[in-house]
Amino acid sequence: MSAKGWPLYEVFIRTRAGLSHRHAGSLHAADDQMALDHARDTYTRRMEGVSLWVVRSDRIIASDPAENAAFFEPAEDKIYRHPTFYEIPDGVENL
Amino acid sequence: MSSKADKQAALLAYVLRLGDNALIIAQRMIERVTNEAELEEELANANFALDYIGQARLFYSYAGKLENKGRSEDDFAFQRDSREYCNFLLLEQPNGHFGDAIVRQVLFESFYVLQLEALTRSSDERLAEIAVRAEKEVRYHLRHAAQWFVRLGDGTEFSHARVAVSLQNYWRFATEFFAADAVDETMRDSFDGPDLKVLEKQWQLDVSELVADASLSLPDTVARVDGGRAGLHSEHFGYLIAEMQHLHRSHPGVTW
Amino acid sequence: MYTQGLDQQSSEDKKKSARDSGSSEDAAALAAFQKRVEAEEKIEAKDWMPDAYRRTLVRQISQHAHSEIIGMQPEGNWLTRAPSLKRKAILLAKVQDEAGHGLYLYSAAETLGVSREQMVADLLSGKAKYSSIFNYPTLTWADIGAIGWLVDGAAIMNQVPLCRCSYGPYARAMVRVCKEESFHQRQGFEIMLELSRGSEQQKAMAQDALDRWWWPSLMMFGPSDTDSRHSAQSMAWKIKRFSNDELRQKFVDVTVPQAQFLGLRVPDDKLRWNDATEHYEFGEIDWQEFHDVLAGNGPCNRERMAKRRRAHDEGAWVREAAEAYALKQAERQAA
Repeated sequence: MSAKGWPLYEVFIRTRAGLSHRHAGSLHAADDQMALDHARDTYTRRMEGVSLWVVRSDRIIASDPAENAAFFEPAEDKIYRHPTFYEIPDGVENL
Repeated sequence: MSSKADKQAALLAYVLRLGDNALIIAQRMIERVTNEAELEEELANANFALDYIGQARLFYSYAGKLENKGRSEDDFAFQRDSREYCNFLLLEQPNGHFGDAIVRQVLFESFYVLQLEALTRSSDERLAEIAVRAEKEVRYHLRHAAQWFVRLGDGTEFSHARVAVSLQNYWRFATEFFAADAVDETMRDSFDGPDLKVLEKQWQLDVSELVADASLSLPDTVARVDGGRAGLHSEHFGYLIAEMQHLHRSHPGVTW
Repeated sequence: MYTQGLDQQSSEDKKKSARDSGSSEDAAALAAFQKRVEAEEKIEAKDWMPDAYRRTLVRQISQHAHSEIIGMQPEGNWLTRAPSLKRKAILLAKVQDEAGHGLYLYSAAETLGVSREQMVADLLSGKAKYSSIFNYPTLTWADIGAIGWLVDGAAIMNQVPLCRCSYGPYARAMVRVCKEESFHQRQGFEIMLELSRGSEQQKAMAQDALDRWWWPSLMMFGPSDTDSRHSAQSMAWKIKRFSNDELRQKFVDVTVPQAQFLGLRVPDDKLRWNDATEHYEFGEIDWQEFHDVLAGNGPCNRERMAKRRRAHDEGAWVREAAEAYALKQAERQAA
């Protein structure tokens, strides 16, 4: 066999209608159709899903943990984006 | 027109054949466990074998009800002798390599999916119910096996040559699927069961298309195989059931 | 199932560990890493981590995966002979789960930068280890019950704490594994229960299986704490949460009453309840046997490895055909 073997795929499952797809795990497959079959046979054996996505792992663009500070910390002081920031007097309803 | 008792006997025989087909192919698939080419294929093979065990249980339980002599699914699976089994001979052939397994699945399941699809319209309600469930399972198996058939046929020179030999070897066994006997005729005439002539035409079309997709050619063998449904098996079969039934035979009458 | 032999380091690893202790890995980075671990933050694949942490995880997760894969064999041995269609289906579903768990675990290890091909190559060459328990033979149907009850029972003790492991991908894989495995031990106990309520021959079969699987099951927890080489480091990294002996004691404490319920005798003359400690006392494990089996000299080591190698070799043409076909398809689409 070739030294590299079948490429790695990531599997995403919609567990029931109305929910978004969530990462379930990975697998190896020689082609996209095989990846879909393998995802079905590996990750939905216990009625875990109603829809499957597979994508080759090397096609995913990921943020770099080294840049976490620049990426994510600027959101930390924007607390006015959250409803708990605002004080509403007792007696005011439907707000 | 045959009597009601004759019709019921034909229905029972037919349901047992379905159960035997499912159990015997499951047994051969189970023998492949831990031997697959890649881990993901272990999961697929086991899924399909589990589907077949499930189908065998449904068919045998229903057979027990039709027969009305108190026999359970396990009585049918573990307490009958070789001549009482009526599966297709293709399904009991010993496992070879992965290509053999795929060709067996493709030839049989291309037929079986049509058979089940026809049975979903049977006037026998219970049989139609089981067929609805089984048809979905087998349609997926066939999708998987057909993809592999094409990959092997259109893969490397080696895989092409190897799977061509598998096809050549197994082709003759398919004649048995369509050799209608009195049971098949009763099913067609009295229970709205499949018409094997119609199925054969469709099967020829479906399989020809797959063979072409796999860059292979249809074998030109004229050899015919028959006997499974009359309980006339190949020599391999005795070993298969001896292994499967050994605990029941060694410890009669106990539960597990 | 089945982590164990986790303290098996290759000589290469030992050399690297020795180098690390005097290495120039940024002391500040190490301290920050340890702080994150202690705060129970999960470490993710692309985060900075000490080399030794990465190597420990690769070794442990791949050994765990190999154990799942080799572990399919002893149970697979009874698939064609399972005594009812229900038992056949249950056993097949269980063996299939083991393939799935091997797959999840290989995937978790792959996030650390080692390929599945490399891990498989290490298993096949004998460089990587797997749990010693799978080098014992399954001789009767009762062994299938004993494996589910004892071996999966021991595995659960090991695996539940791993769901909280500091390495995110391993912890997540273990959550899925533990969830799926919850039926494994129960089906084993159910087989033992059926046998222990059955004929004299069936009872004898159950006792014989307990006699043969009891001690190897205790060995699954690995060397005793006094001989366990890097438990302390694994604990500090929160890869491991309990020591080998703690888990072994817990296993004995919960399993002995189950054996009593079955009316079976645990094969240990020294076994007795200690009112003061509220634990069972038990006899000494035959450590010579443990080391022999790990070193490759158990009853089935050679057969297990030969079978795995054969399956791998015989599958080569299939994997190659699929790759060749995928390549052709890609070329056709590009054209």
